[in-house]
Order: sequence, then structure tokens, then C-alpha cells
Amino acid sequence: MSNKIVTDLWKEIPEPENPFRPSQCLCAGFDVYGELVPQISWTEYVLLLFLKQQPEGFQVDLLNALAVALGNPGPRDQSVHAAMAAGAGGAGAAASLIAALAVGAGQLGGAREIAVLMEGVHQCKQDLNLWLAFLQPRPGSTAGEQANFKDVWPVSEHAPGFDPHAVATGKTATQTLDYLESCYPGFQLTWLKQNKDALENAIEKPISMAFVAASGFADLGLDEEQAEVLYLLIRLSGAAVHGLEQRWRGWREFPFYGNNLKVTNTKD
Amino acid sequence: MTDIGEHKLDQKLILELTKWEAEWSTSMGGWFPGEKVLLRKKNMFEDLRHLTWMGLLLFGVTGRTFSREQCTLFESIWRISTSFPDPRLWNNRVVALAGSTRSSSSLGLAAGIAVSESIIFGHRPLLAAFNFHIELQQNLETGTPLEEYLRRTINESRKGKPGSGRKREVAKVPGFGRPIVNKDERLAPLMEAAEGLGFGSGTYVQQAFEIERVLQKIDSERPLKMNVAALMGALCADQGLNAKEYYHYLLLCFTAGMLPCALDALEKPEGSFFPLRCENIVYEGVSRRQWKRRA
Repeated sequence: MSNKIVTDLWKEIPEPENPFRPSQCLCAGFDVYGELVPQISWTEYVLLLFLKQQPEGFQVDLLNALAVALGNPGPRDQSVHAAMAAGAGGAGAAASLIAALAVGAGQLGGAREIAVLMEGVHQCKQDLNLWLAFLQPRPGSTAGEQANFKDVWPVSEHAPGFDPHAVATGKTATQTLDYLESCYPGFQLTWLKQNKDALENAIEKPISMAFVAASGFADLGLDEEQAEVLYLLIRLSGAAVHGLEQRWRGWREFPFYGNNLKVTNTKD
Repeated sequence: MTDIGEHKLDQKLILELTKWEAEWSTSMGGWFPGEKVLLRKKNMFEDLRHLTWMGLLLFGVTGRTFSREQCTLFESIWRISTSFPDPRLWNNRVVALAGSTRSSSSLGLAAGIAVSESIIFGHRPLLAAFNFHIELQQNLETGTPLEEYLRRTINESRKGKPGSGRKREVAKVPGFGRPIVNKDERLAPLMEAAEGLGFGSGTYVQQAFEIERVLQKIDSERPLKMNVAALMGALCADQGLNAKEYYHYLLLCFTAGMLPCALDALEKPEGSFFPLRCENIVYEGVSRRQWKRRA
């Protein structure tokens, strides 16, 4: 063990007079402040950070579209609602984002669902039968059946990538799938588009935005862990601004559910 | 999707969501403003006033009340096993860094708890060690010899390693072996505390020491020695916690070690917690190159 950090992403050349401050920073070999800042987009930079190489044009278009599609799931989404709850009480910016991350990390439209789907992409690729086997319910996957707590992640109660609260594919997911697929046809997004009906008929639920997003991440060339963390990052934008707005509006303009909590076993 | 019965199903789902929209029905309790607070049917200010904080936490998690000795044991497990005020440890380091950058200790602590859900230490191996005891006991009860079970476990193939790489996983024999050093200085004081309270010879505690003995026999040159996760899990299994209860009992266990790290960093100059010089970033990536402009 040494007190050094080893990385294949980042290099710093120190100032001659101050070894604790860089005069130049290289990201995967590119000069960040001298070369990248004036000419590349944020989307290109994110891809460079993840892939450690200059992205292809289709990757930029695809991530850009994906980032807009996922960037704000809206105030009904549980992760955004968490950020707003933080804001309503007057908590700070980081608390809002921590709240959004914690809730948005989960398996119902959250980043863990993306990771599971990416595992599916890795295992099943474009084989419908493998996918159908992968999507079968796992042991303990009904509410109240989770006494065997094998892992810190509870067992999800729905097939990953499907919307448990609907019967028809959502328009937003369909629109997103159609556009993303047009950015990079021929791979996982195209397979999803072509096999959507077969998957939905077998699972008896419509695909969700999570399946679209995971297929997009797969086509970007990301692995399971990269997709999970990038999904968290992208969705923070919406949480940030809704959390901020709620901070300004205060707790009175936010649901408190004053009469909606029913304590069933009151003593008196 | 096929549209057979779709409309009917949709209505059923919407009715279900509408029901949840209107009411969160709970037996856990709630606040009755200006009047009382109920927790699992008990009035917090009357029925539960005799509880210590640990007793209250365990009542909230399990719905059961524990004896004074048991609560002392649960507290001792935290105090001895997980309250190291050492900012080099990864979860504590986050809290110290928050102090050093003059962030708030609350944010540092929240992140420190999240970071404690780690693979080489913290909530995951602690939960895995607990489950290992339970599953092993179930196997012993069905006649599997201990040595055979351990050898099979050691020889299992895994996707990932605990210490590095993609898809990292907790150790195959959780609760045995330790990063950095093999000896665990917490075992003796924790056993002393447990024995003093009369909890030193439960089924799972005895099983933990037996596992260590058999692991020594399996590999006498590099034996996996027991670490405190095995003993923590065993002591709590002996008290009747299940895995879900154990996990939720654990979540705050590192916090008493984190707060001194925050305070220590706050008392020192900002940015003074192990600053890194540029040359301490060892770069192993590609050489300097030029960005190609997109057409």
C-alpha cells in the first residue's frame, strides 16, 4: 500500500512553484483546460470520462438524447419527490441530491434496475428466449416474502425493465425508444424495438423507460456499473431544480398527507 | 401488448393506485400532533419511557422488547466492534474530508453511513456473516458435516473478488479473514463483554469458534481467522434476530466512530486532511493526444 492514487484517466502536471496545484490536467491524454474547455460539449466530456477515448458522433447524439429523456423524471418520480421533501423542510442542496440519489438508486425505475438490466444485456444480448428466462420472477419477489434478507438490496417485486403499474406501453417510453433507436440502429435498442411486443406479451406488463435506458447505455458501450452510476448522475438535474423550487416554495405548498396516514392499531 | 382485456385491467390498476393515493395504512405508528406519538401500538411517552435508546431502536426494528442485559450486549457490539475513530478507514475518511472541506457534519455522516455499505467491510460483509451462520446451521441440521460445508464454500466459483475488480463480491467465508491484518483485536473484549452478560456460549457463538477451528485444519499455513463480523452475527443470531432485523440494527453502528473524525477535521485548518501533491497521482493511461474536431 502506498499513499499514491493510480489512475488511467487523469494526469496532473504541477506548477513549478507549487507541487500541490496543477498547471495542466490531462484527461485520458487530452489537455482539459487548454484544449477541451473551448471546444467540446458536456456530453462529449462525460463520454470521454467514461470511455477514456474520444466518442464517436453517434455516441454523442445518443447520450445527448438519453440525457434529455432521463434528465428530469418530474416531481411525481420518487427520487425527485425525495429531493423536494428535502427542499420543503429547508435542507440544503447536497441534502436534496443525497435524497434523490438514495431513492433513485433503487429497483423501481432506479439505478439498480438499470444495473440488473445491463446484467441481462450482458447475459442475453439479443436472444429473446434467454431474456424471457432472465426476466422470470426471482425467489422472494413478492411483498412480505422477504424475511430471507440475503443482500442489502431487497428483492424486486417486478420484472426489471417493465412497468408494474400499467398495462400499455407509455407514450414517453415509446417516443424515447423510437428516437434513440434512430440515433444508432442495428443493436440493442433496435432489438428492443423489434421484440417489445413479444416481451410485453410474455411478461404481461409494458416495458418501462428503464429498459429503454439500459438498452441505450448498452449501445453506448457502457458496462453494468458504468450505466448504473451514469443513470444516477443524469437524473440528478431534475431532482436538483425541483428540490430548489420546493425550497423556495416551502412546506405549505408540498403534500404533507395530513389526513392520509391511517395508524391501524391505535391503543386508545 | 395485446389489447385483450386491457381496458378492464387498466381500471383495476388505477383503482389500486387510487387506493394507495388516498391512504397509507400502517401499524408502525405515527405522530398525533399535540397529543401523542405511537410506535407499534405503544405510546412513546408512557409505555416506552423505560427504554434506552438502543432498546427503542430494537423495538422499532423488531417489535420486541429486549432485556437490559440484551440491550447492553447490542450496545457493546457497536461500541467495541464498529466505533473506531480512525479517519484512515474509508467510511470515516469521508466524514473527515467533509470536515476538512468545511462541509456540514450531517452531510458527512449521511455519506459515511452510505459508504459503510461496503464490500470489504461494513454492512454487506456483516450481513453476509450473519446469513452464513444461519445457512451453515441449517446445513448442519440436515446432516452436512461442517468441514464438508466449509470446503465446498471455499471452492465455490465467484464472479468477483472482494478487494478489487469489476462486480466485487463479499468474501466466500464472510466473517473469517480480514483486510490489512489477520488478527482481530476486537474479539477478546467483545467476548469478555458477552460472557459478562451471560451471552458467551450461545449456539451460534460456539459455532463461530468451531468454524475457525475447522478452517485452521483446512489450511494450517494460511488459516482464515475469525474477525468480529462472525462474532457480531453469532451473538445477534443467538438473541433471535433474523437477517432483516440484524441489517437494520447495524445501519448506525459506525456513527460513534465517525463523529470524532468530523470534529478532529473541523479543529484543524481547512484542507489539511492528507493533501495530495500532483505527483502522487500515478497516471497509467494513454499519452498526450489531440482532440479531433467533429465534421
